[in-house]
Amino acid sequence: MSLATLSLSEVQSGFRSGAFSPVEYLEALEARIAALEPTVGAFLSRDLAPARAAAQAADVHLPLGGIPVGIKDAISVRGETCSCASKVLAGYRAPYDATVIARLRAAGAIPFGRLNMDELAMGSSTENSAWHPTRNPWDVTRIPGGSSGGSAASVAAREIPVALGSDTGGSIRQPAALCGCVGVKPSYGRVSRYGLGAFASSLDQIGPLARSVRDCAAVLNVIAGHDPRDSTSLDLEPEDFLAGLGRDDLKGVRLGKPKEYFIDGMDARVRNAVEAAIRRCEELGAEIVEISLPHTEYAVSTYYILSTAEASANLARLDGIRYGHRAQNPANLLDLYERTRAEGFGNEVKRRIILGTHVLSSGYYDAYYLRAQKVRTLIRRDFEAAFASVDAIVCPTSPEAALRLGERGQDLLKTYLADIFTIAANLAGICGLSVPCGFIEEGSVRLPVGLQFLGRALDEAKLLRIADTYERAEAWSSQAPPLETP
Amino acid sequence: MSDSVLDVESVARLARIALTPEETRAFADQIGRILEHIELLRRVDVSAVEPTAHANPVFNVLREDVPVEGLERDSALALAPRQAHHLIMVPKVVE
Repeated sequence: MSLATLSLSEVQSGFRSGAFSPVEYLEALEARIAALEPTVGAFLSRDLAPARAAAQAADVHLPLGGIPVGIKDAISVRGETCSCASKVLAGYRAPYDATVIARLRAAGAIPFGRLNMDELAMGSSTENSAWHPTRNPWDVTRIPGGSSGGSAASVAAREIPVALGSDTGGSIRQPAALCGCVGVKPSYGRVSRYGLGAFASSLDQIGPLARSVRDCAAVLNVIAGHDPRDSTSLDLEPEDFLAGLGRDDLKGVRLGKPKEYFIDGMDARVRNAVEAAIRRCEELGAEIVEISLPHTEYAVSTYYILSTAEASANLARLDGIRYGHRAQNPANLLDLYERTRAEGFGNEVKRRIILGTHVLSSGYYDAYYLRAQKVRTLIRRDFEAAFASVDAIVCPTSPEAALRLGERGQDLLKTYLADIFTIAANLAGICGLSVPCGFIEEGSVRLPVGLQFLGRALDEAKLLRIADTYERAEAWSSQAPPLETP
Repeated sequence: MSDSVLDVESVARLARIALTPEETRAFADQIGRILEHIELLRRVDVSAVEPTAHANPVFNVLREDVPVEGLERDSALALAPRQAHHLIMVPKVVE
């Protein structure tokens, strides 16, 4: 058996007992990556030499000593390319480490590889990458979800033990669900975004993807914390997210089941898997409470106004002047801007910038942007009211399992509506995670289904504890996709 | 919102993106359908609701006014598509 398939804690025990070294582990991962990448395509690039040097020097007694961590292409690692899977940043190399990278290094981890994503984090299939699509390890004719599709696919394929993603409207949780791994979106303000390519600054959070809740908690322990360089990061007492894990029952836990998250349009097989998981939580001692989040139906509209508006402002910096792509032989400055951005951005990014510019433009601001901000308040209040009576909310992560590449076609509205179960958490700033809860059968293949837990803002410790108990009561997380390796 | 007219051509100009006529037509149709869906928000009574700009009530985050290390000049300049004499080169902007 390859070292690559060991769990994070098994790897750490192996390092500490001297059974194998970080260099041997890294090389086992690299061998598996080299074998699988022609099929999966989770990585945009990776640089083995500096990773090996870091592995050689690793202090295995640090919290993540010698552990390679895959990095979404939106997060800056000094000296490495950081294209956000966009042509507009082709060849750009980050001149500094993101705060999460500095924290990982300080904990002994080794940032390794650039993981594919939808261009500038816009999309939920990783088909919008300017470079190549990533394939779902459970069925390589299918999408891994997105936008952190490379992170989820690499973790599910056992190419990397843990990865970082970013989540603006579900971009960690939805690919985790579709690839059968665990993904955590921390509360707004929990993790610094300094060094993350900004999409929608009032919604973006960085978080971990891994093969278990425990492994995600270990990474969250390292990346969480106040950073003076991100004014939205909160100055909180450090917490140990591993400390409360390991409980075998959910006695005394009240879980809210929102009626708006079990809808007609969803795949009935996904719904059945989620309902079964909720019954399992009940068997474990949880009390299931029917709740209502009445403004759920407005979440998608609210999200696509606010996120595109913010994106249109954030992406104004990609103008071809200081870094990134620049159009050749510009006639004048305006021509330089317009052609640089026409050549650099893909269709989905252009559409969203135009939508965002429109909703912010004179005469429409109050009707769209301001109204959406007010509806956002109502969505936030829905959650506050729910959390007054429950410890966490339990629901599906995605209304469907992984589609085939290209299956959605050009139906944008349908694509956007599929984000329905994940985006409200970003609008409300609360924490959420997805954990595997079974499979649906699609011909001869099995496709993973994700169970989502949502917790009140800054209540990650409780959320992780609940998910850990559910996860260990079942064996879904430990199942590996049917990939052939030589 | 129902009187909202999306003029993709002028919005693209504001956004500094050159579009082909085909893109302009396709985007008008695609974004138009998203805007139709967004009309849903008109049904919500927001008359007595304060807007939420972002999720945490954090205001006026300030730091001490002391100099700290920033990005080195050369490593920042090295990223520019065109540079010379320690300057970023751009098309002439003043006639």
